[in-house]
Order: sequence, then structure tokens, then C-alpha cells
Amino acid sequence: MTIALTHLQRLEAESIHIFREVAAAFAKPVMLYSVGKDSSVLMHLAMKAFYPAKPPFPFLHVDTTWKFREMIAFRDQMAQKLGFDLLVHVNEDGVRDNINPFDHGSNTHTHVMKTVALRQALDKYGFDAAFGGARRDEEKSRAKERIFSFRNAQHVWDPKNQRPEMWKIFNTRIASGESIRVFPLSNWTELDIWQYILQESIPIVPLYFAKERLVVERDGMLILRDDERMKLRPGEVAENRLVRFRTLGCYPLTGAIESEADTLEAIVGEMLTARTSERQGRLIDRDEAGSMEKKKREGYF
Amino acid sequence: MTMRHIMAKSLAPTDGVRDYLAAQEKKSLLRFLTCGSVDDGKSTLIGRLLSDTKQIFEDQLAALERDSRKHGTTGEDIDFALLVDGLEAEREQGITIDVAYRFFATPKRKFIVADTPGHEQYTRNMATGASTADLAIVLIDARQGVLRQTRRHSIIASLLGIRHIVLAVNKIDLVGFDQAVFDRIVEDYRQFSRDLGFQTIVPIPMSARYGDNVTGRSGNTEWYSGPTLIEHLETVSVDQAVVELPFRFPVQYVNRPNLDFRGFAGTIASGSVAPGDEVVVAKSGKSSRVKRIVSYGGDLAQAAAGQAVTLVLDDEIEISRGNMLVSPAARPQVADQFAANIVWFDEHALLPGRSYILRTETDQTSATVTDLKYRINVNDFAHEAAKSLEMNEVGICNISTRTPTAFDPFAENRTTGAFILIDRISNATVGAGMILHTLRRAENIHWQSLDVVKRVRADMKNQRPAVFWFTGLSGSGKSTIANLFEKKLFATGRHTYILDGDNVRHGLNRDLGFTDADRVENIRRVAEVARLMGDAGLIVIVSFISPFSAERRMARELMADGEFIEVFVDTPFEECARRDPKGLYARALNGEIKNFTGVDSPYEAPENPEIHLKTLGKSAEEMVDTLEHWLNERDIAEDQYDSGGGI
Repeated sequence: MTIALTHLQRLEAESIHIFREVAAAFAKPVMLYSVGKDSSVLMHLAMKAFYPAKPPFPFLHVDTTWKFREMIAFRDQMAQKLGFDLLVHVNEDGVRDNINPFDHGSNTHTHVMKTVALRQALDKYGFDAAFGGARRDEEKSRAKERIFSFRNAQHVWDPKNQRPEMWKIFNTRIASGESIRVFPLSNWTELDIWQYILQESIPIVPLYFAKERLVVERDGMLILRDDERMKLRPGEVAENRLVRFRTLGCYPLTGAIESEADTLEAIVGEMLTARTSERQGRLIDRDEAGSMEKKKREGYF
Repeated sequence: MTMRHIMAKSLAPTDGVRDYLAAQEKKSLLRFLTCGSVDDGKSTLIGRLLSDTKQIFEDQLAALERDSRKHGTTGEDIDFALLVDGLEAEREQGITIDVAYRFFATPKRKFIVADTPGHEQYTRNMATGASTADLAIVLIDARQGVLRQTRRHSIIASLLGIRHIVLAVNKIDLVGFDQAVFDRIVEDYRQFSRDLGFQTIVPIPMSARYGDNVTGRSGNTEWYSGPTLIEHLETVSVDQAVVELPFRFPVQYVNRPNLDFRGFAGTIASGSVAPGDEVVVAKSGKSSRVKRIVSYGGDLAQAAAGQAVTLVLDDEIEISRGNMLVSPAARPQVADQFAANIVWFDEHALLPGRSYILRTETDQTSATVTDLKYRINVNDFAHEAAKSLEMNEVGICNISTRTPTAFDPFAENRTTGAFILIDRISNATVGAGMILHTLRRAENIHWQSLDVVKRVRADMKNQRPAVFWFTGLSGSGKSTIANLFEKKLFATGRHTYILDGDNVRHGLNRDLGFTDADRVENIRRVAEVARLMGDAGLIVIVSFISPFSAERRMARELMADGEFIEVFVDTPFEECARRDPKGLYARALNGEIKNFTGVDSPYEAPENPEIHLKTLGKSAEEMVDTLEHWLNERDIAEDQYDSGGGI
């Protein structure tokens, strides 16, 4: 008998294995749900891994208060449809200090509203393992990270001293206060993600599809002015353009691309001829050299 | 900055995308690693492969050009190594510290490549990359030839089950594309590796920096008629046909959402399964049939190696995580003693006798190395006698586990024959193991089921067994307190025995010295003896310096719950050295005695002892009162518990 698994079947099996391992070995896992396409795939895999049961852990969204409104609507809709336990955490200290990407810059904003907020949430609930949707093909320091990535009690990643990770035998042991970040999509590429979304008909936020949207060109990026908090600078005009997003984050930090791709097939087709990486649309990665590694060491996903 | 405006208009129609994706799905996947010594050009080769197969986006290329000017080691040219050396420390030092995984595809195949570090210090990261690879590209600097790290990496690749090697003789441009140099290196490598069990060794003369024979044939090596690297990677067959092996299903997670459903979730390690198939629970030998293969999209008619599924059985039989469902015709070994190859990762050496946590894919148990048979010299494969295994060393060991585990020899099954060892205190992954075979004695000596059990023996003595484990520096007062304590217990009709460090070293442990390895073995033997005595119903008082918390923990885990009572005899070093009843401190401080606890060998104080005796300013009688009080309290509590909590 020959039953050769397809590439996507193999990736799917690996991810499901990782989900189950965490559910079996940890006392209090959580899935970080960022509402983007990778999170959608992650959620779908979690549903598969534990079927007919529901995933035995809650989903946590760290809300920076600057996400696209469509993301929040989609998030609440998915939680209702799939019936998972959704936790939303906002860094109230940051809200009180009115931390925002315009006055404080993307670095400070991301640190306070995302990294610190995430640490707060993990400490608040005492989670000992947290799933994230990061992929190794996204960025150089991610390419170096283990699937089970150890964090000390201060949530710090020590990239120079990672635990060896042999075969599919994961070291799930931690001391009290320590935790593990787990990346079931480590070996997926951006193309795999889109292919899988297409194959499995996984719902994603409509912002990924091309549509006429009111955007402002700023610092070389097309920014969708999602609400009044974004003030136009002198000379800036918001204009309707046919755009879509390759990745989703905080709206002032996420650039749209001009595109006519309004179906999944067209998105995949576009990807195949893309000449830039998806993270190019992310302002936060360009702030300084090695910025992703620095953020990760501080506890960012 | 100019922005690329990407328009979907120019693309193939939707049908074209579907066709493309269908073709993608049929491609096979090859996982390989690059390894070899420092500066042999591993990262440069991967950068070259990514670049030549058009995997680098424009913004990444722009970043690479920026970085090359800042950190690069190639002058005006692009330094491809910076594509994979993703950590700041790596870029600053110009070395690879940890494995990076990169992904690329050609029209024929998909690839996951692990770029692994060459420094001996980071061998564990090379092993990490090798453990999931089917092929290794061993790079050799044509100017250097086969080096110690080339050999070490080849041996580790071989031990980890890699059967296909590409011998990349790199920097061939720097030796003038000289065929004689190439031939000599290839001959050296073939000689050295003939016993490593590689099925294919394909040597290719190469310049990763300039691309010779990487993706395109080089005009500089007319004498070479073999494939380019990419041609070989696209066509080499590495299938291990795990589907053909006997069915193995390590149970990872028991899925029980309600009383009506009980599924066993896991990834099929080998073979295949269909509803109606008979399966056997490896550890208990009980059998059942597969009723359903449950999946999210509906039940499956069959499932095979590599698939993550949930099985429902016909019968309600006891199976938990760590057990294995297997083919009744070809069962795995179930044993608590076996021999294995070990690669050691940790800066603290492997010590025979020390207790580690052994993890297979889903099982976990305590394990000790009972015998380090030999260490393998990576230069000449010589088997060398060794008392410990240092970081990055490879050895063959006998392993004893606390509970039996189910496995196959690693040579037969890479998934069910592997394990890792974890340090009990730091939780670090300290070693990786590949099982060779069961040890005969485990198969033949079964536990005798005895009717006269510990409880009966202890009841006859009208007491509860206990092991009082005294730990503390030499001269802290352990023996004095222990002797007085025993007299007191004896006077109240208790049956006792003292195991004293010095006395045991004259008999049972006369063959042991004071190295770390011998200290561990010393404690292990005493702990086992204490356990047997406890089993006989005795109250045992162990009076040993026992400086390492790992061994005290091992001793604790040997005893039944509540029977191990750690007593920290806490006397400050200065006081012990002042008392110096045997004159040992004076000699140790003079350098006449080596490995003396507290002087040049560490003492790890207990963090949570059951009883903490601070001796300064107290008499031995006061200490003994504390101990006796503690024992009486425990016995009263347990009697109450036995009779229903005293309600």
C-alpha cells in the first residue's frame, strides 16, 4: 500500500500533533488569537486536533485598541460561530497614558500595547503555554526559533541558549512561573497558508480581499484611515483606491497594497509573482536592525 | 522609498492558479541540513541556494545589501550568510550559533533546509537540525580537507539515522579548481565514513560564493561530470517507507469530551490502520479492534504513517498517554533496561547513576545510566573507557528506567526508537538517545509478586517505615545526631538501622572515590539499600554528606510518598571547619585532599527539607527531640487518614 501524504497534509498533521502535545502536557494553555490569516488557520487546526471535542483552552486576543474595526467584528463573529472561549486583554495603563502610534511612534506603541499587554495577560491568568501563529519563513530571527520556545519567569527569550529540539520529542517541562511559547505553524510558508485557506475554505477577515477603500499615502505606505483618531497631515488627502492587505495589525502601522485580487485564487496568483515579502507592509519591523529579535526577547510573539 | 504596486491583472486566470496549486501538492518534500566545520561556507551555500532559486524578495535583498555593508565579510559583494544568520549575536560575531530553517522550492521539489552551526560548542543545535533531516550536506573547505568537526557531524548524522550525504567540497575556486585536491578529500572522506552506514555519498566540487555547481554547471570544473547540487537534491530518493513497517501508534492524548466518546489521539509512527484491524496495547498486551478513525471532515477508511488521527476502539480497555497501540503480529519491545547511543548536550557531564527524566514522543519516566560502556572518539571511532560523558561527546550506555517503556530499535524505527534526557532540576534537554536493543536481564527477570508486603512487615513491628536522610557538610554533626536519634527510637521499641557515609565507604562502596561520578553512584547505592530496608519495614537513618540536590531528589523518588524525610543538618562552613573532628578541613584547605565538599566541590543546600536543623547554639538532644516530635506527628496523621480522617 502506498499512501503518500500531500505537502499540506503533512503540515497539517505536524501542527495537530503540536496542539495535542500541549493539551496533554500543560496545565493551563492558551491560544493567542490575533484575528489575521495565520490565526484563522491556527484556529481551524485547533478545531481539527480535538474534534469531536472543542479545543481544551481559551483564545486570547491582545487588543491594542488600534486594530481595524473589521478585525474586531470578525473576531466576535468567529467566537460566536465556533463557540470558543474568547478572552480580550487591553493594557489599561497604556490606554490611561493615551499611548498611540502617532505621538509615541510604532516602537513604543507596540511595546506598551502589545508586548507589555501580552505579558500582563499571561501573568493575570497564569498561562503556562501559549500558542502563536508565527512562521519561520516570516523573518530571520523567527527562522531560528524552536517550535516549543522556552520563556523564563520574566517572559524573556534567550536566543543564544535554546533547548535542543530533537525529532518530535518536545521538552515540555518548566518550573513554576516559566512558560513555553508554541508555534504550530513554524514550518508553514505564506504560500502554504493561502493554499490551505483555499483548500479548507477557512473564513478570513475581508480586509485581505481587494476593494475600493479610502487610503492615505504616508511614509511610502498606503494607510487606511479607519477612524478619526488619525489626523491628516498638511497636504495629505484620503483617496479611494482599489487595495487589500497582505498582513493585518494596527491600522496606522499596516500598509495596504494596490491590488485587484478579490478572490482567494487571485490572492494566491498575486503571491506567486510577488517581489516583496509580506512583512514589508509592517512598519514595526523596519524601525531598527534586528528589531524583531529585540521585540521577541522582550516577550513579543 | 519607492513602493511596488502589484497588480493582479497581469496574472494567469484562476484556472491557472488551480493547476499550479495542484502541481504544488504533488511535489515531494526533502528535508536536509548543511553541516561541517566553522567557516566552511554553510550559510553562504544556503544563501546561494535561496538566491538562485528566486526565494529572496526585493525588500529582503535591499536589507541584505544594507547588512552586507555593515556586517559583511565579503567586501563589496553581497554576504549571503547574513540571510540565514538571523540573530544579532551571530551577525556581530560572523558565526552561526543556532539552527535556522529556510524554505524553498524548485519546479520539481519542495525543500526545508536546516542551516546548522559548525562550532563544537553548538553541536546540540546541529543535532537539532539533523534529527528531522533525511539528507546532510557536509561542507568541506577545499583548503582544509576533512576536519574534526567534519567527522563529529558525520558521526552524529549517522547516529541520528541520516543515510544520504552530499560531500560539498567548497571553495574549490581557492585551490584553483584542482581535481587532485578534490579527489584526495573525497578519498579521505570515504575512508573515514565507510562504517557509518551511509547509503549514498555524492561528492560535488563547489564554490558557494560564486555559484559553481550549485544550481548551474561550472565551466571551471570540466573534469567533473556528476550532477549539480540542485540536480541531485531534486532527484535523490530518501524514502524510508515507514508505511511498510509494523503499525505503531504512540498514544498522545486521550480525547474524552463526554461519557459517550473516548478517542485515542496521536500521530501514526509507522504502518497503517483501518477500521476492523486488531490492535494490541503494547504495555499490557490487551487487544481490541479499531472501531472508527475519527477526523474533523468525517471518519476515515484508513490512515497511515505521518497522519495525526483519533482512534476509537471496540472495547473499553485501559490506555493512557505514553502507551502505544501496535500491530498484534509484530510488537515492540517493552522493557526497563536497554542499550542506547547517547549524544550529550549539556555542560554538566552525564554521570552514570544520576537520575534523569527520559522522554519518548509521548512517554515519560525516570531513568539512570547504569553503565557507560564506552565513549566514541570522533576522530578514529576508537571506543574509549569513560566515567562520564562531557558536552558534545557520544557514547554507548546501558539505561535503566523506573517503569517499562515501549520502543523499537532506532535502526528499525526512527520515531519509536528515540528519546531525550532532561535534567530534573534545570529542566534542560541534556541528551538525545537512540535505542540499540533491550538488555536480556530485563526480559528475563520479572518482578516477583510477593504476599508478604511492606505494610505487613511494618505492622508486625508496630511502626511505619521511614527514611530519615541526613544531609550536611562534613563535621556538621550528622553522625552524632543520627546515633542519638537511633538510641532514642530503639528505647521506644522501634526497629531501626543507620547507614553512615564513612562506614558504607569501607564496604559496599569501597570501590568508589570522590569524583562527581563516584559521588552520584555512592548515593544511588545507598538510596537503593535504604529503600530495601524501608521495604523490610525499618526506620532507616541515612547519614551522608549527599551534596547534590539531584541525587537527593533521586533518592526521594525511590521511596513511597511520605517515607522520605530530608533532614538538613545546617551548620555553617566556618563552624564545621573550626570543629574539624577528623582534621579533614585543615588538609583540604591545604590542598592535600581533592574534591572536598565545601572547599573545592560544591554543596547544594536543600531548598525545602522536611526538617531543617540549625545546629548553632543547640544541643544534639534538642535536635533529636525535634526529629522524634516530627515522626510522632506523621504517624498520628497517617493513622487518622487510614481510619477515615478521624471523623
